[in-house]
Amino acid sequence: TTVTGTRGRSAAVAIAALVIAAGIPLWWKTTETYRAWLPAARISELEALQLELRVEVEVVFARGTLSPEQQKKVPASRITYESCCKSKSLCLVEADHALHTLTETSCGSVVIYIIPEASALLPQDMRVYVGRSRTALLRSQVASVVGAGLPEVLAALDPQMEQVLQTMSFNHQDVTAALTDRLRPGLSTRDSLADSMRAFKSSPGYEITFSLLNPDPKHHQLHWDVEAALDAYIYPLLHKMAPVANFSVDSQILYYAVLGVNPRYDASASAYTLSADSLAHVINPVEARLGSNAASSNPVLNFLLYVPDSLHSPLIIRNDQKQEVASNAFHSPRWGGIMVYNVDGAYGNDTQFPVDIAIDMSRVMGVFLSQLRLMLGFQQTGAPPGFVLEAAGREGVAEWELDRLLWSRSVENVATASASITSLAQLLDQIANIVINDNIAQQVASAVTALQAAVAELEAGNLALALEHSREAISASERAFFDPSLLHLLYFPDDQKFAIYIPLFLPMCVPILLSLLKIFREVQQHRAEKRAKRD
Amino acid sequence: TARPCMLISSSVALDFVLIGRTSAFLLLHQARAERFFRSDHTNNWAVLVCTSRFWFNYRHVANTLSVYRSVKRLGIPDSHIVLMLADDMACNHRNPKPATVFSHKNMELNVYGDDVEVDYRGYEVTVENFLRVLTGRLPPSTPRSKRLLSDDHSNILIYLTGHGGNGFLKFQDSEEISNVELADAFEQMWQKRRYNELLFIIDTCQGASMYERFYSPNLMALASSQVGEDSLSHQPDLAIGVHLMDRYTFYLLEFLEDIHPASQANMNDLFKVCPKSQCVSTPGHRTDLFQRDPGSVLITDFFGSVRKVEITMETINLTVPGIPLERFGGEPHTETALAYVDQLPVAQIIHQKPKQKDWHPPDGFILGLWTLILLVFFRTYGIKHLKHIF
Repeated sequence: TTVTGTRGRSAAVAIAALVIAAGIPLWWKTTETYRAWLPAARISELEALQLELRVEVEVVFARGTLSPEQQKKVPASRITYESCCKSKSLCLVEADHALHTLTETSCGSVVIYIIPEASALLPQDMRVYVGRSRTALLRSQVASVVGAGLPEVLAALDPQMEQVLQTMSFNHQDVTAALTDRLRPGLSTRDSLADSMRAFKSSPGYEITFSLLNPDPKHHQLHWDVEAALDAYIYPLLHKMAPVANFSVDSQILYYAVLGVNPRYDASASAYTLSADSLAHVINPVEARLGSNAASSNPVLNFLLYVPDSLHSPLIIRNDQKQEVASNAFHSPRWGGIMVYNVDGAYGNDTQFPVDIAIDMSRVMGVFLSQLRLMLGFQQTGAPPGFVLEAAGREGVAEWELDRLLWSRSVENVATASASITSLAQLLDQIANIVINDNIAQQVASAVTALQAAVAELEAGNLALALEHSREAISASERAFFDPSLLHLLYFPDDQKFAIYIPLFLPMCVPILLSLLKIFREVQQHRAEKRAKRD
Repeated sequence: TARPCMLISSSVALDFVLIGRTSAFLLLHQARAERFFRSDHTNNWAVLVCTSRFWFNYRHVANTLSVYRSVKRLGIPDSHIVLMLADDMACNHRNPKPATVFSHKNMELNVYGDDVEVDYRGYEVTVENFLRVLTGRLPPSTPRSKRLLSDDHSNILIYLTGHGGNGFLKFQDSEEISNVELADAFEQMWQKRRYNELLFIIDTCQGASMYERFYSPNLMALASSQVGEDSLSHQPDLAIGVHLMDRYTFYLLEFLEDIHPASQANMNDLFKVCPKSQCVSTPGHRTDLFQRDPGSVLITDFFGSVRKVEITMETINLTVPGIPLERFGGEPHTETALAYVDQLPVAQIIHQKPKQKDWHPPDGFILGLWTLILLVFFRTYGIKHLKHIF
């Protein structure tokens, strides 16, 4: 019996040893979730991100603004284009164009030309002229400044230059509006809130659809040369915005599509009118018919051209004050715009129907272009007093307006990407049984690197590079955050965990434990007997 | 040289006019801004989920379809509605009136209609898909209609109905979603600002337990019954043989029938829907996480889609005759003749190699059979052979 006893004891001990030494680590390893390493230290640095934005400004003094002593003290690097500003017969736009061809401005920088007080280039009351490229003309008296060193001269110009920069690059409200993701609600002003509600958030691409709505094909046969119009008017703007996002444009014609509202006939104007209140209900019935062939998840902008049917022509839109709207168009934030185009003037009462009507695309595209600018984020900047802002005209957008957008987009991208990364890291920290795959860790690491590069470029003043890095950062962070594998499905409260493991492990562990206890007691008893025998 | 001077003077005149207009424009902008700020949203979404399957849960499908109808009638387009219906009542073999789902006895209102767009049907209605829709973590191949593409200015309506209990909601008799998971999903949505405000309505037994754990801002919740109470169904139809609707949703629908897109009814009216005398259970609501006062929240802020509209004041003058800009993208591309892809590539199918089947270990039946054979062998021929094997 002692042989079987020892054999039994060694078997029990061996099994217990196997369970503890091999079983427990094996169970731990196989029920572990794979979590790739994330750069937690760098991510926590992102929470206290400090943004510094630097604008490169070049100040050029025209002849006549500085007194000769000041001229000696100010380092003069360029003398060649003084002749341009002396000629009085140039009008403002030509002067701006001539100046623009002389300097090479990089994205985000501003060149300010100081012209003498007595110059006739600017009208009497205007102090600043902002051209279509990144130049501004500032009329100022500098020669009268006492002290006459470069720092004093620049200090005297400081408040005016700051105002110019705030108009051309960014001001406090723009940056605050772009940072709404990271800021507490209530910090942005109402105007900037309206602007942020109107413009689309930063997205890798946008889909734009132009639709012609013809409710009355029996009377009107409409021809619109939309391809040529897009080429001439819209694509230049979209081409300039290529660093910001990708655009995909298409167009369609819808027949028998009606607006959802019945216009009222106004005898005084002898036209049908749509009041401002009823405009809100126009969009929904139309949207159901619009359809979309968007294959991606990008936001869609719709621009509709509605030609009223012959029974309800002409159709005019009235604003709150019951006045006619010149453009006869309205837009809805983050959706698009609708323009009503009246064709009743093109034919008389006794023409043979259907009438062939060619739509004047330049008028239509003028309205759509301005609506598109609003949707894309080019705000209606009210010019500060004393400023003349040159309208963009056919190019769609001035370069400094584009720079403004790039500044706010870079800041917005940096804010959104850092918010995504920090909240993702927090989520993964909190929920211990989400699997973190290698590709997610790689996306997070590349997002953090791109973010830090973007912040560095913003500090250095390279706007184009900063925007590129910020786009990389935001796309990597979105891909990491919205990865389909990051689904915390398994909510295990503790009692459920016990309920799963106890029926599996308890029947196995109880014999082992009891036998170990028995062996232990026997050994102790044996030792006690041995001690008693010795004594 | 005379011309440039004239241009300057005309530009001066324009500038004065511009100043005048900008100040007037600012006033207008203010008035429009006031209307803007009544609420912060620019678009509306709805996620309507019916979590029950089988014929005897007809009422849950009718509930969901009725809410779908109202939401569509008040303006939310199909592209902004994610409808998850777990079973096909309309084409069920037991349906005496095929292709219909009625919400009122005597078959007064067919809520199925002919333009229902169901995004997740049948077995696709799972907890996983529901959470994926909410958090946005869908595989890249998911079409647009199955995604919730909301942004930070979207108001979302979420309606759940089915069988529930204290702290959970049953999905299709096979799984359940807990209130903690739901609260976490909403927090994930808030972290990415996927909603501006969210209205959560649930019509199940003990529905109030599902919104107990919410902790994200801007959430308002309504439930048809408190913890410990059952939500009851409204009325059976003797011809169809099942209960057609639940009480809470029935009275909710009666209330919504009076709402039109321009209506000014607010949330306080919605909280009064279906008092205990009609519903037998006590409906509950939760507004502590909501920032605005419920009395100032319109019903159409969530159930309808009233767009904010601005008149376009500025236009760009493009009618100046000028040099037309060159075509972008080079010369116009020639039209290539289009043809259909070969729909049935017979050649490929005929010469197909046989598919490699993966090896699977023998399943239970085979194992049991072999164990039986071995045991019988050792029993007949003696157990002494056993110790040579083992």
